[in-house]
Amino acid sequence: MTRQKLVVVGNGMAPGRMLEHLFTLAPDTYDVTIFNAEPRVNYNRLMLSPVLSGEKTYEDIITHDDAWYADNGIILHKSAKVSGIDRGAKTVTSENGITASYDKLVIATGSSPFIIPLPGKDLDGVLTYRDLDDVEKMLVAAKSGGRAIVIGGGLLGLEAAAGLKMQGMEVTVLHLMPTLMERQLDPAAGYLLEAEFVRRGIEVRTKANSHEILGTEDGKVRGIKLDDGTIIEASIVVMAVGIRPSTDLAKATGLDVNRGIIVADDMRTSDPDIFSLGECVEHRSMCYGLVAPLYEMAEVIASNLTGGSSTYTGSVTATKLKVTGVDLYSAGDFAEGEGREEIVLRDGAAGIYKRLVLKDNRIIGAVLYGETSDGPWFFDMLKKGTDVSVMRDTLIFGQAYQGGDPLDPTAAVAALPDDAEICGCNGVCKGKIVTAIKDKGLTTLDDVRAHTKASASCGTCTGLVEKLMTATLGDAFNPQAVKPVCGCTHHSHDEVRRLIKVKGLKTIPAVMQELEWTTSQGCAKCRPALNYYLVCDWPDEYADDYQSRFINERVHANIQKDGTYSVVPRMWGGMTSSKELRAIADVVDKYNIPAVKCTGGQRIDMLGIKKEDLPGVWEDLGKAGFVSGQAYAKGLRTVKTCVGSDWCRFGTQDSTGLGIKLEKFMWGSWTPAKLKLAVSGCPRNCAEATCKDIGIICVDSGFEIHFAGAAGLDIKGTEVLGLVKTEEEALEYVVALAQMYREQGHYLERIYKWAKRIGLDEIRQQIMDDAEKRQGYFDRFVFSQKFAQVDPWSERVSGKDKHEFKPMAAFSLEAAE
Amino acid sequence: MNVMSQTWVAIGDLTEIPVLGARCVKNGDMTIAVFRTADDQVLAIEDKCPHKNGPLSQGIVHDNCVTCPLHNWVISLETGRAQGADEGSVRVFPAKQEDGKVYLALTV
Ligand code: SRM
Ligand SMILES: Cc1cc2nc3c(=O)[nH]c(=O)nc-3n(C[C@H](O)[C@H](O)[C@H](O)COP(=O)(O)OP(=O)(O)OC[C@H]3O[C@@H](n4cnc5c(N)ncnc54)[C@H](O)[C@@H]3O)c2cc1C
Ligand code: SF4
Ligand code: FES
Repeated sequence: MTRQKLVVVGNGMAPGRMLEHLFTLAPDTYDVTIFNAEPRVNYNRLMLSPVLSGEKTYEDIITHDDAWYADNGIILHKSAKVSGIDRGAKTVTSENGITASYDKLVIATGSSPFIIPLPGKDLDGVLTYRDLDDVEKMLVAAKSGGRAIVIGGGLLGLEAAAGLKMQGMEVTVLHLMPTLMERQLDPAAGYLLEAEFVRRGIEVRTKANSHEILGTEDGKVRGIKLDDGTIIEASIVVMAVGIRPSTDLAKATGLDVNRGIIVADDMRTSDPDIFSLGECVEHRSMCYGLVAPLYEMAEVIASNLTGGSSTYTGSVTATKLKVTGVDLYSAGDFAEGEGREEIVLRDGAAGIYKRLVLKDNRIIGAVLYGETSDGPWFFDMLKKGTDVSVMRDTLIFGQAYQGGDPLDPTAAVAALPDDAEICGCNGVCKGKIVTAIKDKGLTTLDDVRAHTKASASCGTCTGLVEKLMTATLGDAFNPQAVKPVCGCTHHSHDEVRRLIKVKGLKTIPAVMQELEWTTSQGCAKCRPALNYYLVCDWPDEYADDYQSRFINERVHANIQKDGTYSVVPRMWGGMTSSKELRAIADVVDKYNIPAVKCTGGQRIDMLGIKKEDLPGVWEDLGKAGFVSGQAYAKGLRTVKTCVGSDWCRFGTQDSTGLGIKLEKFMWGSWTPAKLKLAVSGCPRNCAEATCKDIGIICVDSGFEIHFAGAAGLDIKGTEVLGLVKTEEEALEYVVALAQMYREQGHYLERIYKWAKRIGLDEIRQQIMDDAEKRQGYFDRFVFSQKFAQVDPWSERVSGKDKHEFKPMAAFSLEAAE
Repeated sequence: MNVMSQTWVAIGDLTEIPVLGARCVKNGDMTIAVFRTADDQVLAIEDKCPHKNGPLSQGIVHDNCVTCPLHNWVISLETGRAQGADEGSVRVFPAKQEDGKVYLALTV
């Protein structure tokens, strides 16, 4: 039988594998001719990253060397890009003029990197990451040092970044989305990955949108400008933002092409003599970007080329990042959803995060970070749809834990020898803790911390210490006595606040990971709390997460029962003027505001404003000098005053003036719960200062500072903090008190509840008697105000969060159900 | 219903919706809230809480649910049903995103 002619366009990984199968199945069926645009043999493209980082050489990654082609009688045309296919004559022709005829043709043109159409994209030094030539260009650039900017925080971008860093360049990764590799990883794993890159000295900028690539006069890259105006200097820019199937040739040939070249289950294109495989194809509406599916396709074509009738039915893929020292694995669908359950294992100390998503007792998705050895096992069960109900409880611990008796964790701790170290930070061993518990009669975790220091630093051994207490005390110890923040964690508010500081946690995903949250995104209870703690503890560094704020704080107005909003501008200390009142009257008329009311807080409330109108209302109010009254904030609300010595025949001090000073000093600050102040000019107390969070009663000899009053759900008169002589002191002491509360309060805990928990004497001692402590609180408050005193209304008038105030689209069609 | 056909209508770019946030789409008299989850799914429900018509688009989003801003009912973005002890449900609309564009299924 005469041999048939097989021509292959493209010499990438997919056809390479196909030919291997073909020669095994039927070595003598075809004379094979390959055209390859690249000037070389077939190599393992996946291994380009180790070549870039210097861990491997090109020779190490060759799949088929010249001898292999010779042995199999293949004609390989290197540097020969096919420019035309004549389906009638059954020939292909390359750009450099070589023509070959075929009986069967395989198109395997792979894909090409997507180039963002930015100004400057054609400058010398703008590179992509696809083949060995790209790697060589990067290696040349790395020799002269400087900074490399990698656009794209996906698999390729991160591998490029890590490699360039290892070659000694400074590296910045720009990523449009909030977390890295968001298509493969959930935000928790994305956070860990980012932390690892930052640890390696690679700068990562998420939510970074490139605006323009800047060039020198002679056309070389000089840097990049972001949408927010930031300019980053760099000598090369690597674009790794995605790939597009290379379909030009197939299109020109008249084959059916959509996103990729369309193939049926037998891997034939719309022309029965032309097959296609690899990243250039589209099969059942899917295009793939990983090798596993391509290898499956390769087997199917090899069989069909030799008379078989195999079919390819699509693949599920798993991803691993190949950066030495980073263990990361993701597979399947890990979105949350109805009927889906998740199992999350976090080990903050070891930097491990594992999440399995189950549906009907079957694994449908897996994300593993830090420890990925069970990835293939999970993936295998995912693909097979294995019912995991029998091993559900131990599933997340991996394959090694299946089968044997699961060890009761308390018994395991009890079995430890006395000299086993429990707390690594403080070097406390088991024997010491057990002795302290017995001899001193300790019953709570805090007692154990106080006496032994165990778990008093980073806190990661808390679980161990608790188990040890259970083992020692039996039922007398109830770790649940601490009330957790919410169902997403076993930590109390105090624990969370302490650990945020000790561990230097600065983002919500960081807290959730390090403190081993049991849900992936938290809930409406814990997220606002965490957001407040982070705003309070890291005023200059933390980026406020508006999606974790209640609507009122997100849009800076109070939502009403009918979905409209109310607007309450500040009237400092309750004082106003004809100009202000006129501006309010004009706004009310202009926007048809249905209700205007004097609030219980000495200012004016405009109610019933449509959300779309808010920026307009604020703009007009802003022109008259008004700023937000923060009537919606867990933050400083009102400072009520009375007329005081300015007018009143009994007034002893300028209560109005002090009230205004306090309000101007403290507005904008976020607090655990709302914070309301009042200053009365004499003990007749017309400003009702003795039921406020903080109140001042002016007397002849000075200012009596009160705190911890309540007149809402509870009614309670204030406690006296102490007497000070001057206005300056009054301000300093009040501010220090407010800061102490900010740093220690639990989210939503009013000051009177906090004071009860901490103890009045403790607070008096720290604020009245300890000048150093007081000064420290005061300074930290002042520092945080630098970032907090920005009028949210004027920010929004100038365009911030535009999306909040107008609909995305408007139609008058019926919606389908 | 069966004489009508369902079409996907593009309503904008995914980037216009904040992650774990929502945008509204006005459709005649009705407002549809289109949510974006942590993993970039888009889910759409009527912007009207089954409890007392609270604007669900304004709530905090977590675990493919939204907590209503008025009285904290938790509503599933997938089924529209109130979670936990509360009972009621809101209309759900097919929505999807493809290559960064968001589509809503509407009948014409
Ligand atoms: C407008 C106003 C009533 C009025 O018409 O006068 C008002 C209106 C609301 N109050 Fe108030 N409170 C108003 C003065 C008060 C006062 C009196 C005061 O500040 O001197 C109190 C008692 C003092 C106190 O704060 O405890 C007060 C105790 C409450 C409470 C109970 C708080 C507590 O911890 O006990 C709530 C509920 C809450 O915060 O959870 C509340 C909650 C509310 C909310 C925010 C209800 C809500 O969540 O939607 C109302 C918002 C209406 C709006 O959109 O403007 N409001 N509220 C007053 C606005 C003052 C201002 O200018 O900012
Ligand atoms: C740096 C890097 C790391 C990667 N890491 C992984 C990984 O860890 N895991 C994983 O699964 N996948 C990974 N991939 C993806 C994987 O390499 C691809 O899925 C796979 O190589 C695609 O194979 P292919 O044969 O379809 O295309 P390619 O390997 O791209 O081959 C196509 C070839 O066709 C040539 N060609 C194009 N047009 C013509 C023409 N008209 N005439 C002649 N020749 C032409 C091209 O020059 C190219 O050589 C990685 C990719 C890169 C770039
Ligand atoms: S007392 Fe306050 S919370 Fe209650 S109805 Fe009046 S304004 Fe609303
Ligand atoms: S209106 Fe939504 S909870 Fe009441």
